[in-house]
Amino acid sequence: MNVTLTVNGQAISRDVEPRMLLAEFLRDELRLTGTHVGCDTTQCGCCIVHLDGEAVKSCTLFAVQADGSKVTTIEGLAGTDGALHPVQAAFREHHGLQCGFCTPGMVMMGADIVRRIPGADDETVRHELEGNICRCTGYQGIVEAIVDAAAQARS
Amino acid sequence: MLDFTYHRPASVADAAKIVGEIEDAKLMAGGMTLIPTMKQRLASPSDIVDLGRIPELKGIRRDGADLVIGAMTRHADVASSALVREAIPALASLAGQIGDPAVRHRGTIGGSISNADPAADYPAGVVGLDAVVETNQRQIAADDFFTGLFDTALEPGEIVTGVRFRAPDAANYQKLRHPASGYAVVGVMVARFGSNIRVAITGAGPSVFRAMEMEAALSAKFAVESLAGVSIDAADLLSDMHASADYRAHVVGVLAKRAVAAIS
Repeated sequence: MNVTLTVNGQAISRDVEPRMLLAEFLRDELRLTGTHVGCDTTQCGCCIVHLDGEAVKSCTLFAVQADGSKVTTIEGLAGTDGALHPVQAAFREHHGLQCGFCTPGMVMMGADIVRRIPGADDETVRHELEGNICRCTGYQGIVEAIVDAAAQARS
Repeated sequence: MLDFTYHRPASVADAAKIVGEIEDAKLMAGGMTLIPTMKQRLASPSDIVDLGRIPELKGIRRDGADLVIGAMTRHADVASSALVREAIPALASLAGQIGDPAVRHRGTIGGSISNADPAADYPAGVVGLDAVVETNQRQIAADDFFTGLFDTALEPGEIVTGVRFRAPDAANYQKLRHPASGYAVVGVMVARFGSNIRVAITGAGPSVFRAMEMEAALSAKFAVESLAGVSIDAADLLSDMHASADYRAHVVGVLAKRAVAAIS
């Protein structure tokens, strides 16, 4: 079945099996392996991408459901000039990662939080990150980074 | 996951036609339960009918004094809706407590109630607020809709099109959230319509249910102290790795008191 969509600004058209998950489509078809699959059960958030501007778990979405949509992955979050997205810059500034496996999902969810809730405080960010799991338990730096980016978004 | 044939109808009538003709076809709303279930091969439908591109199923509108929420309206949309927050803030609060933000960007009210998970939040909202479930065939009172564990009054091929709510004088939803899954270990919706009080419990039993003794006590006098001595029989409740029936029965009492305190 044909699926035609825009991924990181680029028009893409492929024939896929209906059962192909969006995460598999991104990783296996497009070789965009920045999107990680951690739990494959909609809990860990490592596979989060933006679908028409909103954070979704790409392991729990068929690629055919994204037909006609705009998808942004971690590879497409920075500006075309290479300038980091404010959330990416904040993750670097606050050392918001340890092993890095959850980082793409954390950054994509962080960008979604900052978009929806400029000025989000520590408690809000922790609540909003309930669908993202860091097995290193490195939440402190992650939360600090998103709170910082959210503060910048308000000012 | 076994492969399937994918359908994307543009209208409820077209969706009903497909599920009417193909015995093993499954309706898909947000897919937040169906897709994980298919991964585990607990469901392997031959055909998936995706309701995601049917405009008539989306959106929140006022209809006289009622609020009608389209079946494919997502949790995030209900949680952030100015209409819902003004008319039934407890319902917006409930929607905002489901799963996590990414799940709320996909999951829908119609999908949640049609699935009738015993630990889902919406059943407590729909029953507690005395809503009416609208389908492509009829209207079903919330009290008649949920019939058991993952079971509803829906006939094969019947499609939920929306849920009709009337605004209570006050309502409050309290939830003990499972820290990993986000599901309700116990969830309690208390709603006050004049002197008529409704208390709906999710998470605790095999299906959402009303706590009739609590309702009677609160109808006599709407105050936290009215619930003193009113207990829920643990014999009818669920015991699993997350919580024993006795614990759930206790938590129902605690959350009901918190809900009453919040609106009295």
